[in-house]
Amino acid sequence: MAHYLTIFINSVFIDNIALTFFLGMCTFIAVSKKVKTALMLGIAVVVVEVITVPVNNLLYVYLLKKGALAWAGLPNLDLSFLGLICYIAVIAAMVQILEMALDKYVPALYNALGIFLPLITVNCAILGASLFMVERDYNLAESTVYGTGVGVGFALAICLLAGIREKLTYSDVPKGLRGVGITFIIVGLMAISFRAFSGLQF
Amino acid sequence: MNILTSLKSSFQKGGALHEAIDTTLYSPADVTTGKTHVRDAINHKRVMSVIMLALLPSILMALWNSGFQQNLTLNQMLAAGQIDSLPGLSDSTSLAANLLTGFGLVFPIWLVAIIVQAVWVTIFAVFRQRSIGSGVLVTATLITLLMPPAVPLWQVALATSFGVVIGRELFGGTGMNFLNPALVAWAFMTLAYPASVSGEAVWTAVDGYSGATPLAMALGDGVSSLAPMGITWMSAFLGTIPGTLGETSTLACLFGAAILLISGLASWRVIVSIPLGVVILSSLLCAFNPDAMSPAWHLVLGGLAFGTVFLATDHSASAVTPKGQWIYGLLIGALIVLVRVFNPTMPESVGVILLFGSVCAPLIDRFIVNAHIKKRKKRHV
Repeated sequence: MAHYLTIFINSVFIDNIALTFFLGMCTFIAVSKKVKTALMLGIAVVVVEVITVPVNNLLYVYLLKKGALAWAGLPNLDLSFLGLICYIAVIAAMVQILEMALDKYVPALYNALGIFLPLITVNCAILGASLFMVERDYNLAESTVYGTGVGVGFALAICLLAGIREKLTYSDVPKGLRGVGITFIIVGLMAISFRAFSGLQF
Repeated sequence: MNILTSLKSSFQKGGALHEAIDTTLYSPADVTTGKTHVRDAINHKRVMSVIMLALLPSILMALWNSGFQQNLTLNQMLAAGQIDSLPGLSDSTSLAANLLTGFGLVFPIWLVAIIVQAVWVTIFAVFRQRSIGSGVLVTATLITLLMPPAVPLWQVALATSFGVVIGRELFGGTGMNFLNPALVAWAFMTLAYPASVSGEAVWTAVDGYSGATPLAMALGDGVSSLAPMGITWMSAFLGTIPGTLGETSTLACLFGAAILLISGLASWRVIVSIPLGVVILSSLLCAFNPDAMSPAWHLVLGGLAFGTVFLATDHSASAVTPKGQWIYGLLIGALIVLVRVFNPTMPESVGVILLFGSVCAPLIDRFIVNAHIKKRKKRHV
């Protein structure tokens, strides 16, 4: 149990996907103007991460890994070079299925998420989580916890950024830096503050 | 000549620099006219003056203690035969000698911080046609008090530039930033020149001498390792221990806190809730592990008192709603203990945790305000 908690805390605070790896920056910068939409996007990211990381884990372990196809009589086949294509295909398919399911059964949430769901397909934080999962050799349970952690970490970071940007609406930023420019600087300063957690050992 | 001519307007009435120079030492007789202004005796300059007053005990303590630590070390080295003779002004029992030695250490850092900052603020004011904010003196003093005595001055200059430009001026100057510029400068030092603000060689300005801060020793080998060094709880409270210039004396910070609270400039909720968070979590840890550092030691070691009183209460960097301030303070207090105990790579965590608190503050405030709006809506359907 403690092991899973460590993975979770690691992925939320210490290795925060947005603020220490700087993955998923396009959505991170673009959709952080309002806390409300940032929260929606955060929830969408959590949902997609929780589904895709374990699914990609299954795919890797039972199809792509070297020797994974032993059950089909091909013990020497190593398909891991197909990983990148497969993961992104899984993510795209998952998002598509999720979108249709939400549209059918929870139209209110579907309308609230709007464009963010399709946007997530090309969010590198999602693909990044799957690739880290492969690199760190997580099993199914670990990758589920890791996927949740990454999603929560991204949601936390984007909400914090949106809070700061809402507060700075009244700031007098030099003309050339308004908008995306000052947001990059804010993200950098936030990353400095997240350094508080690097090196935590339980 | 053209540049000088083009800058002329800044020095005339209404220009950015005219006002700054005109109001440095006295208040002009101009009064607010019209109907839309809040008329109050307290303006931004007076706020900063009171904060300077509150910082005075810590400044005096920084002067005395940095000199005292240096003279004490020199005398110990003489007794051990490591040096042949003492330089002038190194009688560690003399108040004047300690103060003068300390002045020689603190004043150059302060001067560099204030000159560099004044240059940046002036550049921004002139080129953006804005007036100069009054936070220069306070920020320079805070940066000075966050530095160890043996810090290289060029690094202070770089850190000050980073803190002031990235931390404040790019957002539009005093009051429009979301992080304390002094803390940003300190964070820059810890990232860019960690050897100058942490480790063992920087706490006493004597070449060839190294000794860890009491906080690092207490966290590494337990509080019992402090007694052989002659450090008791009382000496940590009074501040006769090595450390950064302003953080050592909890007593001086308490004087400052009293001034800030009486004048109403600092939020008592923040000043109370941070130590409360520290006490709660460290007592819990003590209950599970009797060897852990006790709450009493957590409160007097390291930069906790200084950070709580002077940095966490920064108006633009802390939460503004009353409930939000409690959450902000308790969060910071608990995280300080957590990082001190579980992060062996970073013994002094107060600064960076305060930055994290400032990052969280706007979101905390927003949730508090929204919850309030929802409650009111329910009451008046």
